[in-house]
Amino acid sequence: MVIYILCFALLLVGIYGILTKRDLIKIILSLGIMGYAVNLMFILFAYKRGAGYAILVKDKAVTAMVDPLPQALILTSIVIELGITAMLVALAIRLFEKYKTFDITKIRRLSG
Amino acid sequence: MPIETWLIFILGFMIVGSIIALELKDLLSAVISVGIVGLGVSIAFLLLEALDLAIVQFLFEIFALIILVRAFVGKEYHIQQPSTAHKIQILVTVMALGLILALSINIFKLLPEFGDPLFTTAKHYVEHGAAETGSANIVTSIILDYRAYDTLGEVTVLFTAILGALSILRGVVDKSSGGNHETK
Repeated sequence: MVIYILCFALLLVGIYGILTKRDLIKIILSLGIMGYAVNLMFILFAYKRGAGYAILVKDKAVTAMVDPLPQALILTSIVIELGITAMLVALAIRLFEKYKTFDITKIRRLSG
Repeated sequence: MPIETWLIFILGFMIVGSIIALELKDLLSAVISVGIVGLGVSIAFLLLEALDLAIVQFLFEIFALIILVRAFVGKEYHIQQPSTAHKIQILVTVMALGLILALSINIFKLLPEFGDPLFTTAKHYVEHGAAETGSANIVTSIILDYRAYDTLGEVTVLFTAILGALSILRGVVDKSSGGNHETK
């Protein structure tokens, strides 16, 4: 249970960054940290004590495997996270071109 | 050493690394600290017997590091002036998040213990996966057979995100090459 709480604390560190930082870069990094915490939490739920990786080999009991379903879902999630990071970085670069700053309190105008 | 000790060590390392990354003034150091957190996740996946995920996470980390360093390092960085209102905002946020953490401990007691998963849906996949799909790797058989539509959706989302990033950046490329095609 201590491991789950530590993993949740990592998620809260990401939320802290999003709520208090004023730099676009730090906000993007915080989103990444939250993603890491969620992915790791799923895999922690899937772990089975004394079990091996989810690949069938000869003379290995079928039950001695970790849960493969969360692993398959998180594989999808990690790849999507890369796409989201690339798009956020592109948006931040365009905002920097226009306003010459990453400070979100100075980026106020809707257009022009 | 039992696996719990290793995981607690790695998770503590990751929490410290992420706090350092958020509080550092220097951009390159912050990006590299986040890289440490991501590689810690990769090692945790290895310990938790998720081999495919460890490889994918490692690659993701390298690509994300390249994108962030290429995009941000060298840009003029705005150093925050700490005002009183901002300090109060930080204090309130830290207190609220600490309260959430304290209250959530009771919920984590309800979850199944670490090392003892529910294992309901996956039981069918593990027992019949080899016969039904012909793949020895159960994760592969889930991604490419049982939940192939999920993978199709993933590829669509990835394609859309890359398309969005390219169309956002297109004006910059045209301007730097001397063209006059920037859309207003």
